[in-house]
Amino acid sequence: MSRRSSAAAQGASRGGQRRAASEEAARQDPPFGRHLTERGHRVDQVINPASAASGRGSGATDSSATSAARLSWFRDALHAEWTKLRTLPGPGWLLPAAVALTIAVGASVAAGFSCSPPHGGCLPAATGADPAKISLAGVYAGQAVIAVLAVLVMGGEYDTGMIRVTLAAMPGRLTVLAAKALLVTGCALAAGTLAAGGSFLAGRLIEPGRGLTRANGYVLLSLANGPDLRAACGSVLYLILIALLALGITTAVRDSAIGVGLVLGLLYMFPIVTAVIPDQTWVRHLEQASPMIAGLYVQATAGTASLPLTPWQGLGVTALWASGAIIGGAAVLRLRDA
Amino acid sequence: MTAQAPERPVSPYRSQAGPGKAGFAQLLHAEWTKFRTVRGWLAGLLVAVLLTVGLGVLVAAGGAQAVCQAAGGGPVRSGAACGKPANPIGPGGEPVADQFYFVHQPLAGNGSLTVRIMSLTGLLPASLGSNPDKPGLVPWAKAGIIINGTDNGSAYAAMMVTGGNGVRMQWNYTGDTPGLPGAVSAASPRWLRLTRDGDTITGYDSADGTHWTRVGAVTLTGLPATVQAGLFVASPTGMAFAPSFGEGGISDGPSLATAVFDQVSTSGAWPSGAWAGESLGGGPQGLGYHQTAGRFTVTGSGDIAPILAGPLGDVYGPDGTVLADYLVGTFAGLVAAAVVAAMYMSSEYRRGLIRTTLAASPARARVLAAKTVVIGAAAFVAGLAAAGGTVAFATWYAHSHGRVVFPEPWPTELRIIAGTAALIAVAAVLALALATILRRSVAVVTIMIVAIVLPYLLTVTSVLPAGAAEWVLRLSPAAAFALQQAAPAYHQVQAAYAPGVGYYPLAPWAGFAVLCAWTALALGAAAYLLKRRDA
Repeated sequence: MSRRSSAAAQGASRGGQRRAASEEAARQDPPFGRHLTERGHRVDQVINPASAASGRGSGATDSSATSAARLSWFRDALHAEWTKLRTLPGPGWLLPAAVALTIAVGASVAAGFSCSPPHGGCLPAATGADPAKISLAGVYAGQAVIAVLAVLVMGGEYDTGMIRVTLAAMPGRLTVLAAKALLVTGCALAAGTLAAGGSFLAGRLIEPGRGLTRANGYVLLSLANGPDLRAACGSVLYLILIALLALGITTAVRDSAIGVGLVLGLLYMFPIVTAVIPDQTWVRHLEQASPMIAGLYVQATAGTASLPLTPWQGLGVTALWASGAIIGGAAVLRLRDA
Repeated sequence: MTAQAPERPVSPYRSQAGPGKAGFAQLLHAEWTKFRTVRGWLAGLLVAVLLTVGLGVLVAAGGAQAVCQAAGGGPVRSGAACGKPANPIGPGGEPVADQFYFVHQPLAGNGSLTVRIMSLTGLLPASLGSNPDKPGLVPWAKAGIIINGTDNGSAYAAMMVTGGNGVRMQWNYTGDTPGLPGAVSAASPRWLRLTRDGDTITGYDSADGTHWTRVGAVTLTGLPATVQAGLFVASPTGMAFAPSFGEGGISDGPSLATAVFDQVSTSGAWPSGAWAGESLGGGPQGLGYHQTAGRFTVTGSGDIAPILAGPLGDVYGPDGTVLADYLVGTFAGLVAAAVVAAMYMSSEYRRGLIRTTLAASPARARVLAAKTVVIGAAAFVAGLAAAGGTVAFATWYAHSHGRVVFPEPWPTELRIIAGTAALIAVAAVLALALATILRRSVAVVTIMIVAIVLPYLLTVTSVLPAGAAEWVLRLSPAAAFALQQAAPAYHQVQAAYAPGVGYYPLAPWAGFAVLCAWTALALGAAAYLLKRRDA
């Protein structure tokens, strides 16, 4: 036997031993063990016990096995994140609090609306009131609670040092971020749907008593009405985007207190600043760039022609902010230390 | 037999240093060392300063509409060359409106002037209600007698009857004291008298011409020897504010008032004897006077009053931005300082350092006190830098670009700067106390934003109706933003004072006291819990 072939044979036998060892480990260890033994290796080198048992070689050239491995990996990550979320005390009460706060604020704003007939009447042209926007005004407050939830989902890991355990168990850092993002999306979707639905119902019940009646020329709130449906669904999407924005920012700054300060400051800074700037061109541009003001254009059902952006364009601005935050957070998570 | 070395007595080691002190000064030093050695916290305070100044720069850059217009219509670069007449500055340093119809004679030296007013009628501006120029008096329409210096904005004292507030004596634009109540009519005329004695002017009123009541006496420093004295009529713009959800609108217009004077008598050094009528400070058409056999009928418009800051004062002069607008970044600096203060305390719990701290200083309340002093002083210095830098930049920018900034007397400007710094410092202490109570920083920052920033936001953007906004600004810690109020709300100037236009319901130091009360409450709870709970 030439040296080359003997070396190749030895290499092959070593490779075979390594394969056998990892197969053994994969069969015996729990699912996480699969990741620990293959720590640091790329996804396509993970040996699926199913493919190993059927005798396929290392390198995982079969793409369906790779994607199946990735999917089960992601499913495990999701399961881990869900366990963390449901067993920690914070999120358990933050979601109902967000729903309750949104409905309460929306109901009180609707109940506080008044139009006085001597001063021009309750006609739409005189009051400029937007029934959908009034009833969904609670989103201004509920978004803060959703943002805090998203901040805690990521920031809580850094605060307690749990991030090291998490990243040790799941070295695919972007998978971790994706699982968290999917989870906060689901939470925001659930809370947002309940909140928007409840606000709508409260507005439908309260507003006619405050002068926003059909007789005065307003359209009663109804999900069969196109703009109202857009307002409600847009508000739910807006809450999801705010949750993703908060998650991304907290991942980038790696601290929950700074994350909360940044997110809430970013959201509430623009309305305060635009209120005092005299130049209307600047104000218009700042409003177009603001995640909260532009994002809540999606709730507008009256006077949309005078807005700087169309409702969906406004939501797109918030989507840009959220995606920028997620991308920035992903970059920091990938490149920096835990 | 070996000789044993003699045993030297071994004295135990005694340090040459004296006994250590465990006083408050050492504790303060320890807490300061903890604070200054964490780069992130110092960086956070620097970020607070930069955010405040940066947002002030943004407001300045976005203020393009406040440029003075030259007489020919083009913009001017220098503030001194503004074509529109700048508002005169009164004796107290505030900008004033000095516009009225004056029927006067010179008074050289001491003397007195007495008149009887028979009627006061007026025309309301067209935009109030739907009737064009309907008859009616604005509540602060003024008609009476005045002793005046010669310049615009000079010191003065006046006795007058008003449209809805009875007889008043007013002086130097901000002084006001009531006299006889009730409206004036042919059935209930009013007699008014002003007596000058050197620099002191005394006002009297009477309902029957015989029994006189002294209303007040004022000393006007720097009154020239020869002053102008006589009859005047003024009627301020009528204002209507329409607060509805998310909107606020101000509609106003000039109003007129006509008064009938008779039984005019003078005594003292009146050299000329001939009355001259003129309309001071400009005004609409229809002003003037005519005299028939001792009876004067005078029609005037305008006001002798301080100009209100912000949008409420637009009717009288160029649109001036108030300093509080440039200081809109205060809330961002406040949030950053609160984050730093919350982390200053919660990091002790997070890292477990609290056990070492409390072992080294078992007097737990003193630990809290030392932390309070450190974070309060650091945040105060940061606030001074932020507010002082913003005000200095705003003033420089306005002067070099021909923009108008609402002129403030220097005590007010000092109150604004020092007050903003104190606001940030006390808010930081509040965050520290909350962090001691809750031991988690996220909840603290959220509470601070909800308690301070949200009320400010809801009122500045006029989302809440004015009544609810006022109560929120009375009870919440955001009441301290009254420290930035540009000018007090004058009761003798009728206007729609609302938080949305920069007028807070509480006086500046009263608002600050509300924030201090909340902070004291939180500190008390924090000290109690710190002593009772485990570390």
